Amino acid sequence: MTENIVLDLFCSVLHGLEITVALTVLGSVLAFICAFVFGLGRIARWRLIRIISVFYIEVFRGTSVFVQVFWLYYALPAFGILLSPFLSGILGLGLNVGAYGAEVVRSAIQATGKDQYESCCALNFTRYQTFRYIVLPQAFPRMLPVFGNNMVELMKATSIVSLISLSDITFQAQQFRIRTGQTFLPFAVTLLVYFLLYLGILFFVQSVTRLTKPKSVKV
Amino acid sequence: MTWDNHFVVMVFPYLMQGLLVTILATLFSFALAVCLGLVIAILEKVTRGPIYFLVTGCAHFIRGTPLLVQLFFLYYLLPYLNITLPAFACGIVGFGVHYATYLSNVYKSGIDALPVLQWEASQSCNFSSFQTWRYIILPQAIRPVVPVMGNYFIALIKETPLLSSISVMDMMGEANLFGDMHYRYLEPITMVGVLFLTLGLVARGSVGIVKKVIAVYHGKENYPSHQRAFHESPELDPTENLIS
Repeated sequence: MTENIVLDLFCSVLHGLEITVALTVLGSVLAFICAFVFGLGRIARWRLIRIISVFYIEVFRGTSVFVQVFWLYYALPAFGILLSPFLSGILGLGLNVGAYGAEVVRSAIQATGKDQYESCCALNFTRYQTFRYIVLPQAFPRMLPVFGNNMVELMKATSIVSLISLSDITFQAQQFRIRTGQTFLPFAVTLLVYFLLYLGILFFVQSVTRLTKPKSVKV
Repeated sequence: MTWDNHFVVMVFPYLMQGLLVTILATLFSFALAVCLGLVIAILEKVTRGPIYFLVTGCAHFIRGTPLLVQLFFLYYLLPYLNITLPAFACGIVGFGVHYATYLSNVYKSGIDALPVLQWEASQSCNFSSFQTWRYIILPQAIRPVVPVMGNYFIALIKETPLLSSISVMDMMGEANLFGDMHYRYLEPITMVGVLFLTLGLVARGSVGIVKKVIAVYHGKENYPSHQRAFHESPELDPTENLIS
């Protein structure tokens, strides 16, 4: 009997893990793209783009991710747009974390010293060249640790989608609790799985940081 | 089916009730987090060996797992241990402990930023361990990290809707209930979003005032350079993990 329960839990968690990992990966990709698009948009030359970016960042940073996911799932149908729970999860999480990421991108780029721009000007670099070869290689390693934290935050926020009927790990744990009456086992296992995911993300970010570390240049 | 002001008027009183719960929950859990965070930070600093690993391990575990699952864990499991808390208290404990692990990191960064000289000086003045912490280390370590703690306060406000998942009737809970009864989700949830924006702005304003007060009373310019760093470009501060 106990063996059956353990097997049952194992299968449920494995099913849920699939959804959680997919949401984390796809959400992170969307967040990464949003972070760069709107982070650069905030310091763009055209005023309209700046206004749009600021609006996006303030709205998504100002309201909670919980409200955003619920809004996408429950309120958008009123406008005739029906999103699947999975899609609303990805959109909600990605756009929310992307707004935080955009601020990181902006401050990392603005942290580049003025002398760097002046040297580029002296070397007659175009704006694109300045950004691509001078600013970005210096700014990117600065963003990485904070991006890692944001990714952990996104992974943790995926548990919210269990409340819009998407069967991630948390949802499976709840179902298991209702099905078997066991309380400690499902939630303890769920917490443990999330912790392993957390360690995995930390490891991933550390490897990327090591890869992008600027190589020392001989003068 | 589009926006209908009729429903806005209908849902408004409910949301105001929820708003009160949200604000109270935020204040109580932040107070708990501030106290507990300091305890965790000091424990991580003074303990050695297995106890140190136990404390940091627990802090990492709480930081690395979702708050929602922790809330479920507390809410469904505590009754088995013969502890029956109301859902609201349960939520405050969950939030308080989760944010305490964040804040302990903030405190620790403040403590680490102090030069070793401070420790050596208090040792040579023959201060006891308690005196060193109470009169030398903590007053200098906490002041520069207060703005960072303010950011966590703002982040905490935005996580309170999770309370609705353990049946606390905060703003989100009220909005969902209203939606379930009238089958209108657009207006309630949009209004909750707008109210959160407003709350966030108010909180950001008050954090700004606190920052200014600190700067005026203690002369931001007089900070040694290692402390000044916290005031510049907070987004890149590595100690300020995970949020705005």
